[in-house]
Amino acid sequence: MNEIYKTDALIAEDIDAYLDTHQHKTMLRFITCGSVDDGKSTLIGRLLYDSKMIFEDQLATLEADSRRVGTQGANIDFALLVDGLAAEREQGITIDVAYRFFATEKRKFIVADTPGHEQYTRNMVTGASTADLAVILIDARKGVLTQTRRHSYLAHLLGIRHLVLAVNKMDLIGYDQAAYDRILADYRAFADSIGVTDFTPIPISGLAGDNITTRSTNTPWHDGPTLLEYLETVELDQTTDQQKPFRMQVQWVNRPNLDFRGFAGTIAAGQIAVGDEIRVLPSGKTSTISRIVTLDGDLDVAVAGQAVTLCLADEIDCSRGQVITAANSPVEVADQFEASVIWMDEDTLVPGRAYWLKLGPLTVSATVAQPKYQINVNTMEHLAAKTLDLNAIGVANITTDREIPFAPYQDSRDLGGFILIDKMTNRTVGAGLIHFALRRAQNIHWQATDISRDHHASMKNQKPMVLWMTGLSGSGKSTIANLVEKKLARMNRHTFLLDGDNVRHGLNKDLGFTDADRVENIRRVGEVAKLMTDAGLIVITAFISPFRSEREMVRAMMQPGEFVEIFIDTPLEEAEKRDVKGLYAKARSGQLKNFTGIDSPYEAPEAPQIRIDTARMSAEDAADLIVSKLIP
Amino acid sequence: MSLRSLTHLQRLEAEAIHIMREVVSEAEKPVMLYSVGKDSAVMLHLAKKAFYPSPPPFPLLHVDTTWKFRDMYALRDRAARNAGMQLLVHQNPDAVRQGINPFDHGGLHTDMWKTEGLKQALDLHGFDAAFGGARRDEEKSRAKERIFSFRTASHRWDPKNQRPELWRTYNARKARGESMRVFPLSNWTELDIWQYIHLENIEIVPLYYAAERPTVIRDGLLLMVDDDRFPLKGEEPVMRRIRFRTLGCYPLTGAVESRATTLPEIIQEMLLTTTSERQGRAIDHDQTASMEKKKQEGYF
Repeated sequence: MNEIYKTDALIAEDIDAYLDTHQHKTMLRFITCGSVDDGKSTLIGRLLYDSKMIFEDQLATLEADSRRVGTQGANIDFALLVDGLAAEREQGITIDVAYRFFATEKRKFIVADTPGHEQYTRNMVTGASTADLAVILIDARKGVLTQTRRHSYLAHLLGIRHLVLAVNKMDLIGYDQAAYDRILADYRAFADSIGVTDFTPIPISGLAGDNITTRSTNTPWHDGPTLLEYLETVELDQTTDQQKPFRMQVQWVNRPNLDFRGFAGTIAAGQIAVGDEIRVLPSGKTSTISRIVTLDGDLDVAVAGQAVTLCLADEIDCSRGQVITAANSPVEVADQFEASVIWMDEDTLVPGRAYWLKLGPLTVSATVAQPKYQINVNTMEHLAAKTLDLNAIGVANITTDREIPFAPYQDSRDLGGFILIDKMTNRTVGAGLIHFALRRAQNIHWQATDISRDHHASMKNQKPMVLWMTGLSGSGKSTIANLVEKKLARMNRHTFLLDGDNVRHGLNKDLGFTDADRVENIRRVGEVAKLMTDAGLIVITAFISPFRSEREMVRAMMQPGEFVEIFIDTPLEEAEKRDVKGLYAKARSGQLKNFTGIDSPYEAPEAPQIRIDTARMSAEDAADLIVSKLIP
Repeated sequence: MSLRSLTHLQRLEAEAIHIMREVVSEAEKPVMLYSVGKDSAVMLHLAKKAFYPSPPPFPLLHVDTTWKFRDMYALRDRAARNAGMQLLVHQNPDAVRQGINPFDHGGLHTDMWKTEGLKQALDLHGFDAAFGGARRDEEKSRAKERIFSFRTASHRWDPKNQRPELWRTYNARKARGESMRVFPLSNWTELDIWQYIHLENIEIVPLYYAAERPTVIRDGLLLMVDDDRFPLKGEEPVMRRIRFRTLGCYPLTGAVESRATTLPEIIQEMLLTTTSERQGRAIDHDQTASMEKKKQEGYF
């Protein structure tokens, strides 16, 4: 029995001493990367087994399973210990991130176990996001492979500072030092090329136990640490983070009564002490820390990683999503960024579409521009890309709907890493790592004008609004829109009609009919309609506008209540039968691509303010109905 | 500048507090499921810390089966009162009416009281987020469970439809009718729980400590005869020095013979024992991957 685990005696003889040791353990989170063939599951299984994390009953199940579906003959198949869901056990592959736990005298470890297959970049990125360290497994017989490069690149991209190159299955190459050195040289050349300056190589055998917990006599030429020695002593991010300037994102404002107002959050970086001067961003207001409150009594000092409640000496505005920083070292504030984007959803990225962007506790609306390039994670090549598919990684500009406090991802995971959420499905569709703010955002300020939008509107004696007509091609949008405008004109209302076809001859003549172009088409029309409402006009639009997301994006651009969604509801068969412009015929014969209703979807409004059933109502009656609803 | 390395328990504590604050900020109507066990005790303690000096801004919900140990009911009421929190108790009225019990109804007992009872209670009060004390180390199918676990409007868990969780940024958005179960103790192990209870001096049900109690042995489980509803089949209850590693319905929860009467002794015993804690629960023995199946149906 080896040294590190010779604890049973201590437990039995002096439990208090044991507990004292174990209450002072630190914690390391790491990720293991490698495919089934590299012996990853065997390695994790061994770590769990050696640190007594497997109980007798689990072992009995494991032995039974090993006989039933294992791949190691009569021996224990550790791989079975580390895959979980019944469905994937039958498939024989791991399809998700699993978290495992084990502990030694010095540390508790949380292992993110992720599969190595290319299609599961999403899982590896998820596992890497919380890891301080990555163990990159290599099969000594095979050397540096495409997947080794991919794993290393992703670990580096996600900001993991400590890489272990575990050259496994050394027993199968007879512990050949020359072969090991060749693998190291290959890897070092690759590591340099992606900016990894430092890594720790260890020759191991997960199966035979070489250099895992004890130094192997088979590799006397290895003068580095064993895997566990390294895991137990490597510097933790939590320690490094304390040495950076103070930052805390506010999660929750604690206000039990009028006498107490505290800002609750987890300290992202640095240290804070009572009396320290702080600055709140984006407002830039300053104050000093009056108390650091916890249930166990006030603290004098708190450090990165602690969840605390801060009280300030002054009554300044500060709410969820804002950032409290050291007064003399604030973070940047911007609304346009360049970022790496990792796409995680079956539905591809739609450039220009508004997604929710969540950066820690802060949620804002944001759009992703067409990627500058996509990265081939196997070769690191930059490829041209119009969008990003599931598991693709690219670099793109991001625009948020307001200025947010942030830090580059390489300085702070908390302030530089964000997720993207689809506004319709609520799924987490992407992750992003901020590189830097775009200069143009910082240099363009809003020009204050003296004649306000209210003034514009009152001169015209009307409430500005946008009558947004949506429906299939040939549903009657333009006809009805035209009639509505005529009726309003007769009532002395100042109006303007933006028609889909007309706009595509001018403002939007550079756009086609792909999903991304359709989104951009609507975004521009939305912006124009917004300017017109600022000028006090009643804007009538007639656009197919097939996607709910974009109609909601335009609604969000307008003042509350000024956007009126009108669904011109004509069934596809009916619109196709009418086919006024002959477009359906062309689309059916394949001459016209991406035609809404034929080979491009139409997402009908779920709760339009006004619905016009054109099968039951003439265009004239429809226009009357709309006008009567809007102008009582 | 002096650097302070946080201990693993301090980091686990901070993580759980962070998760609870996220839920309170993002959910419309959160609730904490409180089963009176040691994990619930830790979760409740963490909730007090997360929101201090405010009381935790959500109620406690006990999905009761009427078959818990008497000691559990006593602690339940006291703990809620001490925390200044509202305690909601739900007993499935159908199960009450039909007199569902673990002796006559087997698997139906868990189905109706717990699985159905939980769904009923969540629907009845319109809770959209429920904290649970489950841990990833408990069982294989839980190793991949998210911290924020999404359920359809019919409370089903779809393994394919769970969201990636990056950093400590959680996506809590959902459609009306959908709900989430949130597990702040996901990354704790059984040892962490015991150490934390010891360190923070958290009150737990006395049944965790060894004492002389009336017992019978049935189907390989050492059961405690907690009240006179226990139908004896000619068995004579024997006083044994026992304790429980995990607590549930008393007719379904196996005890272990033990001399551990203090927390360090419990931890000592746990570290030297060779069976995992869920083995004391009859529920897991049904079939392979049984927890996964139960989870899909809406049991925790």
